[in-house]
Amino acid sequence: MAAPLELMGQPAAPGFAVGALVRLPDAAAQPASSPDDVVAGRARLMAAIERAVAQLQSLQAAAGDDDAAGIIAFQVAMLEDDALRAPAFEAIDAGAPVEAAWRAALAAEIDGYERAAAPHFRARGVDLKDLRDRVLRCLGGTVPAAAAWPRGAILAADDLTPSRFLELDWSAGGGIALSAGSAASHVAMLARARGVPMVVGLGRFDMAGHATAALDGAAGILVLSPDAATRASMAGAVAPAAGGVAEAALLERPAMTADGERIKVLLNLSDPRELEGLDPAICDGVGVVRTEFLFTGPGLPDEATQHAAYCRILDFAAGRPVTIRTLDAGGDKPIPGLTREGESNPFLGVRGLRLSLARPEVFVVQLRALARAAACGAVKIMLPMVTVPAELTAARALLHEAAAELAEEGIAHRIPPLGIMVEVPAAALAIEQFAADFLSIGTNDLTQYVTAAGRDIGAVAALADPANPAVLRLIAEVARHGERADIEVSVCGDMAGEPAHVARLLRAGIRVLSVAPNRVGAVKAAIAGYRAGAATSD
Amino acid sequence: MAAEASGRVLLTHAAGLHARPCVKLTKLARTFVAAIELAADAAGPWVDAKSIVRVMAAKVPQHATLHFRASGEDAGEAVEALVRLVRDDFADGENSPVRGDGRSA
Repeated sequence: MAAPLELMGQPAAPGFAVGALVRLPDAAAQPASSPDDVVAGRARLMAAIERAVAQLQSLQAAAGDDDAAGIIAFQVAMLEDDALRAPAFEAIDAGAPVEAAWRAALAAEIDGYERAAAPHFRARGVDLKDLRDRVLRCLGGTVPAAAAWPRGAILAADDLTPSRFLELDWSAGGGIALSAGSAASHVAMLARARGVPMVVGLGRFDMAGHATAALDGAAGILVLSPDAATRASMAGAVAPAAGGVAEAALLERPAMTADGERIKVLLNLSDPRELEGLDPAICDGVGVVRTEFLFTGPGLPDEATQHAAYCRILDFAAGRPVTIRTLDAGGDKPIPGLTREGESNPFLGVRGLRLSLARPEVFVVQLRALARAAACGAVKIMLPMVTVPAELTAARALLHEAAAELAEEGIAHRIPPLGIMVEVPAAALAIEQFAADFLSIGTNDLTQYVTAAGRDIGAVAALADPANPAVLRLIAEVARHGERADIEVSVCGDMAGEPAHVARLLRAGIRVLSVAPNRVGAVKAAIAGYRAGAATSD
Repeated sequence: MAAEASGRVLLTHAAGLHARPCVKLTKLARTFVAAIELAADAAGPWVDAKSIVRVMAAKVPQHATLHFRASGEDAGEAVEALVRLVRDDFADGENSPVRGDGRSA
């Protein structure tokens, strides 16, 4: 066994992990499709279609509600129709590779729908893309990363995308050790939310000969081939930090400052799986549902899938308000086939609402699903990356259009309150220009844009400080506007979940904090220790 | 015995002949032996009423008149059943098959 080797990086998510050390294979390294002869090619496509139909049928059985089942039934019927596959088989007979033949056959159909004038026909293009990708996946025969990855292992990689993180099963623990990466990235945020210890900026290291590792997320340390003493001390150190008992006692009580002011604490959710084992009584509602989790599979999620996911979160919240953020793709969260490739600076490019407005056919599907969900719970819709008031106006118009369509189709719906994330300095500085129903300050992006320090660049991490007076001033200004205009202002960035920052935010006038589920106890404890007018260190 | 039949009906369904009505219509069409075609215009183009890919691609809007034509031994029954499905606004009939015996209106 190799000698223990200790590596120092930067902490990205607290917690300890001890386990097998596994290098994550590169997602792009798909095996190239080998050329088939005509007979083998036809058989391969037929088998893939049959497998895809079987997958859909089991999804349909599990769908639960009629709408989801109905849409899947439509997909099955399409896939079983000879008319859909005939052009692909003809192309295979003519010598085309199987994957290319299938893609081309579907491209013709998808194109027909995408050019349709009526939105409900146009939206079916997404179903066909879903079918295309499902069959392609069945053709690939590649083992999904999650299956090849031993549960509870420590994952080593150069960097990790949020979608890859979400593909992996973290229910049995495990940890993340990245050579590059940043504590301020979205994937670090996901890791903190899920309680997965993560260390970034370890630099390149040689794993040869090291089968196991121990990770201390809070200290930023990775130990390769740890000795028995290290393993025992880390394995014994269960996550809750000092003060765990006091925090647990506060968890189910409404948050109150030392002078008795009630502060709302909401949850940030990135995936419905986070709800397992979570008691809604610990929060006053959900402050942000990041809907990117819906877009991690092949193809884009249809209306029924989205509606079902939103309803599940509403069920959990049991009447408490649930703020759902529309798709915030782009930046460090690319979605194949949706976000633009090759932008020289994706954080300043077509991301968030900019992307949604550029792709209304995708946006409208989400707005319809949200308006339908609003009929059965206290949904609020939040738009990310809003820069100018015209974007909010455009989004509101699309929401009303979607509602009118639903009314015409006789589908139950409601127009929910429409608010914005305040994360672009231009919006924060001219906040009174926006006719938003509520505001939520995204301190991660606001900090990176105000300090001109990229959240994905470890070398400038110290500059990207949310406690920078310029950032705090903007937060206070937005809070003041909220009070004057009588609209709710919350903070939903990582800053809200850091006990060290809670007093700063309360002092700036913020009375609603939205934090990762595992931060609620620590944040409520910090609120309980806050006294307005007490001496400060700022 | 080969027979031919045709019929037409006004499509009142909101949002037109979209996903769910298409599934119902093509499923019903496939229960007949006759070759069945539909069109949104008497002059065509006609598409195979048993193919959801073709029917869906026709993108028939609300308030269009749907034309059916069939040939085969149960052609008459087929057209009658399909017209009734559309006229009844694709009402849920999965448990009580729309394919009837002609007694209903």
